[in-house]
Amino acid sequence: MDTNALLTGLAGVLAAAAPVLFAVIGETITERAGIINLSMNGTVLLAAVGSFAVAYETDSLVLGLLMGALIGALVALIVAFSSITLRQSQVAVGFVLALACRDLAYFLGVPYMNQPGPRLPGWAIPGLRDVPVLGQLFFRQDILTYLSYVLIFLAWLWIFRTRPGLMLRGIGERPAAAFVRGADVNRLRYLYTVLGGAIIGIAGPAYSLNIKGGWMGTQSGLDGIGWIALAITIFGGWNPLRAALGAYLFALLQWLGLVLQSRLPGIPSQVLQVAPFPLMILTLLLVNVGNAEWVERTLAGLPEGTRRIIARLLRSLRASPPASLGVPFEQE
Amino acid sequence: MRKSLWINFGFQAGALLVALVLTTLILVAVGAPPFQAYASILRGAFGSANNLESLLISWSPLLLTTAGVLITFSAGLWNIGVEGQMVLGAIFATWLLRSLQESGTPAGLIIALGIVAGAFGGALWAGLAGALKTFGGVNEIFGGLGLNFVSTALTIYLVFGPWKRPGTGSMSGTQPFDRVLWLPTLPDMQLSPWALGISLLAVFGVYILLRGTHFGLRLKAVGKNMKAAFLLGVPTWQYNMFAFLLCGALAGVAGAIQVTSVYHRLLPNISNGYGFLGLLVAMLINYQAIWAAPVAFFFASLNTGSVQLQLLYQLDSSFSGVLQSFLVLLVLLGEGARQRFLKSNWGPRWTRTPS
Repeated sequence: MDTNALLTGLAGVLAAAAPVLFAVIGETITERAGIINLSMNGTVLLAAVGSFAVAYETDSLVLGLLMGALIGALVALIVAFSSITLRQSQVAVGFVLALACRDLAYFLGVPYMNQPGPRLPGWAIPGLRDVPVLGQLFFRQDILTYLSYVLIFLAWLWIFRTRPGLMLRGIGERPAAAFVRGADVNRLRYLYTVLGGAIIGIAGPAYSLNIKGGWMGTQSGLDGIGWIALAITIFGGWNPLRAALGAYLFALLQWLGLVLQSRLPGIPSQVLQVAPFPLMILTLLLVNVGNAEWVERTLAGLPEGTRRIIARLLRSLRASPPASLGVPFEQE
Repeated sequence: MRKSLWINFGFQAGALLVALVLTTLILVAVGAPPFQAYASILRGAFGSANNLESLLISWSPLLLTTAGVLITFSAGLWNIGVEGQMVLGAIFATWLLRSLQESGTPAGLIIALGIVAGAFGGALWAGLAGALKTFGGVNEIFGGLGLNFVSTALTIYLVFGPWKRPGTGSMSGTQPFDRVLWLPTLPDMQLSPWALGISLLAVFGVYILLRGTHFGLRLKAVGKNMKAAFLLGVPTWQYNMFAFLLCGALAGVAGAIQVTSVYHRLLPNISNGYGFLGLLVAMLINYQAIWAAPVAFFFASLNTGSVQLQLLYQLDSSFSGVLQSFLVLLVLLGEGARQRFLKSNWGPRWTRTPS
């Protein structure tokens, strides 16, 4: 494989990661506020259909994109309402919504199946596109991919470098303390869940109006993306930068799967496409195993040098969720 | 007390009504005549002996997965991996049938061993999710989801690879088994009384287990308050693990039944979503095992009935999934609204609990 083909492939990886990034960053923001939005798998599908339908009927890409965000926000609003106001299990409601939205997407999507529709044009950034290597890699993409780069840093800045971001972390970690500091915990949780949902919703049009260029029903290959994005959120340790790394790794693996497939014709394509999943379990194991008690006990028994190396390795991988993730806040 | 019962009923009926209104609006939105559509679902489920038969056939795997997840829910576990556990059951059953089909072993014994192998395969997969949770700190939702995808890949690999039909592999699955290896059916029918019997027995067994045994009580204690149960001397992680294994075994039997009595071969998507559907049924009945059989029957009837929609109105059969999940969603929301209503000050005075 020559350099040019390699660069084109890697640029494709960056573009393919964009929808996953929207989903992962949206979920990271939501979970930072202490709410789990488990509905993602359905939300992405429904947003993909909805945005394509709107763009198809109105011939407006902007309206299509907005529809995707709106669907994501509405589904998130149901999650927020049922968990914050009605005190129902976030996991239960999120799971049911994941199924409801998925089936709704397949049901409503029938008339739009395999229809040619509007598609986001590519737009190479003048000036930057001619930078050797980097230009070809990063700056000959489309608007949503650029947006995904910006979003990573914006979300990171917001969460870790601003005062409202500090409050956001506060309501996810110690809502009672944040409340004493003057935060309206439940209102902020509503706000961030809906905002996160809108960002998740963009993942839909990022597929149907960009990468996939349409809706292909169950053949779209989108079923499962939302679940992967949930896993990447954990892998990312609720930090947008690390989450982005996870999303890019995932896209890279899928691309490698496709490349390998041409070399190994004996293996059905569907098998290589799921290669990321065992790896996902493995990474989750690596991220979480440092928290397990038996690991610490085993480590204590190892010789000092080895122990220190393994402990440092596990600590660098380890991620702990926001302390109040999934815990309702009672203001009393 | 009587009045609060009426309130419960009111909220539940209201939730079902809202769910129906929403799904009706969805039907109107796609330009389908809603009442004819519902009628055709009913006809599709109960209209003829054939329809009723396929309803009973799909009832049985759903009963098994529902029974299984009732156990894990009791332990406070979200066994989303039930789908993959069913697939592994199907794979193991197929493997056993394939390896013994030419050995001269009596057919009845092979089938029985196949179902046992299915239970073993499901338990193995569930045990993996359980071990990931217990020893690796991987939440069972993510471990289970990952394993679901792996099980699908495994099936596809087997169907196209080592177990492919003579000639070329195809999505229609492996070479069908010989008639003697089919779970015995009623004369001139597809329905196997064995499959139905095993499934109903499983639901009954789980009901007894959770309701009337020491084990069930302690399992529920673990599910309600893990710390308190541990302090009271319940070996919590062992109970969690056991719940996983038992649920996996039941899901595995469901997979084995799909192989031995429905499809007579292994094919991709053999679980047909019955695992997730079992989770929905368990949620809808608020984890009360006594309602498992009738509600699973109702859900199975929606599944088989909606096939008619596709034939008559060219509507996608995913409509049954829309109906089912909207029902569960609205019942969950209705339950939350009811609790709010009873607690709040704007509720009528007589609903407040006397102090």
